[in-house]
Amino acid sequence: MTSTTHHHETSIVADPDVPLVRIVREFDAPPEKVFRAHTDPDLIVQWLGPRDLTMTIDHYDCRTGGSYRYIHARGDDEFGFHGSFHEVRPNELIVQTFTFEGMPDGVALEKMVLEDLGNGRTRLTATSLVDSFADRDAFVASGMETGVVQGYERLDEILAH
Amino acid sequence: MAADPLSRVFSALADPTRRDIVARLAVGDATVNELAAPYDVTVQAVSKHLKVLEDAGLVSRSREAQRRPVHLEANVFDLMTKWIERYRQLAEERYRRLDDVLRSIPDAPDAPTPEKGTPS
Repeated sequence: MTSTTHHHETSIVADPDVPLVRIVREFDAPPEKVFRAHTDPDLIVQWLGPRDLTMTIDHYDCRTGGSYRYIHARGDDEFGFHGSFHEVRPNELIVQTFTFEGMPDGVALEKMVLEDLGNGRTRLTATSLVDSFADRDAFVASGMETGVVQGYERLDEILAH
Repeated sequence: MAADPLSRVFSALADPTRRDIVARLAVGDATVNELAAPYDVTVQAVSKHLKVLEDAGLVSRSREAQRRPVHLEANVFDLMTKWIERYRQLAEERYRRLDDVLRSIPDAPDAPTPEKGTPS
């Protein structure tokens, strides 16, 4: 564990043996607020989507057995995402599936654990598990940001030699 | 074999023997025979693994030198590291927006905390 009281930077692990990505981040807010920001559609649209895309929520029913669907749009390009909420425990845990509708057979299992650090602080550990390394890396790129695409292109260039 | 180069890299690295070969090549170049020595497999089997790594651009083999040592293409790994770092930065940007959202949520009014009642 590398997190300290004053260290907020996101840490990330792309596991070499299991196709998962784990992100750890601390917030200066109690678990109740962090949970609300993950479940209230009006709050989610303010932060979840990439900055240069418009996020529209079709529905977001964050409770055990519920489901969600949202769309990121840039001009005429639309990227849909949907999934089911497998287990939701207020202020503690969200387990959900995640599918990018451009790759409908692919699915990630996402687990978000909220840890109360006291003094109004929370540690979020978000783990995303998919069924192949190729899918994992496609999911890593699914943000659609130009930076990632450019990264791909640069890698393509080097690998094309 | 997956068509796009990045998928080739990651599927090449999905195999534990190939990851082990890569880890050993990170220390220094080695010949096929040297690479095959620790494994309970034939040189041919190791050659097949190397072919996959070579097709993915992860390793190269000198055409000139007689021993044809296998060389790890470190720049590919640098790019992968940068690529993962870029993903981390995107997550960080997203969570900074979440920081702002969290600051905007008013504290809950002093509602009485509901006590868990005894089952009636």
